[in-house]
Amino acid sequence: MKELSLNILDVAENSVKAGATLTQILIREEKGRLTLTIKDNGCGMTEEVLRGVTDPFYTTRTTRKVGLGLPLLKLAAEQTGGTLTITSRHESEYPETHGTEVTATFDTTHIDFTPMGDVVSSVVTLIQGHPDRDFLFRHEREGKPTVELDTAALREVLGADVPLSEFSVLQWITEYLHEQYDGAENT
Amino acid sequence: MKSLAELAQIREQMKNKVNLREGGNEIRVVVGMATCGIAAGARPVLNAFVEGVERESLSDKVTVTQTGCIGICQFEPVVEVFQAGKEKVTYVYMTAEKAQKVLQDHIKGGKVVEEYTITNAKKA
Repeated sequence: MKELSLNILDVAENSVKAGATLTQILIREEKGRLTLTIKDNGCGMTEEVLRGVTDPFYTTRTTRKVGLGLPLLKLAAEQTGGTLTITSRHESEYPETHGTEVTATFDTTHIDFTPMGDVVSSVVTLIQGHPDRDFLFRHEREGKPTVELDTAALREVLGADVPLSEFSVLQWITEYLHEQYDGAENT
Repeated sequence: MKSLAELAQIREQMKNKVNLREGGNEIRVVVGMATCGIAAGARPVLNAFVEGVERESLSDKVTVTQTGCIGICQFEPVVEVFQAGKEKVTYVYMTAEKAQKVLQDHIKGGKVVEEYTITNAKKA
């Protein structure tokens, strides 16, 4: 992946496929370290599945047996000296609290650190494709205001008639996030 | 600054529009957004279609949606165009620029852009 934001889009799509009604994308940057957490309330994974999930030859698809999403994120993290950890609770054992949490850490000063790229576009793409799901995006940067978007709050204002995938809404979200980043740059 | 009040305005504006849309969508543009598609550059392709449909005022008859892996990863980014009564058209190696031409010639003009199709790519 050319941008970390593409890994984010890819892994968050897994959350949606796992039936998550809420997917949280949390980025924290601090002292040359970046921590990315993607946390969902989807169906979760059994221990057996969890063991194989960062293996590049593992996938949930039945048509072919290769899945590369998490291995690619693992590679991106580890090539900077960082780590990837995944915890998951499968719905069969945890009917109330199931879900998956993927955490990747990066050394942003490392020469092999993949640039973040257009993370706003990734968030907007997720919402466009899955207007009926909720996403919470939060990007904390040291010494700068936090950039945040919570689709549940937007949904409350829009009501049941206007889907989040409506173009004017997507455009609003794009500008809303860009303004927060620009504001964060100027302080 | 953008405010939630603006969203409330959007909601008001949409009230009339939503009713007009009941006519149904005639064309469906589907962009492959699995790992293979995303890595190959599907995100800007999807956005080009979403923005283009709005710009050309086609949203009454065209919907743009995402799908998983279609199974032809070597041809990604892949875009499929479905239209009632017509055969599915599969565009391969798509870019945001190619998306503009597909919008103009095919979605608006009704003429398939043969040179971007999978049939053409397989011949080459």
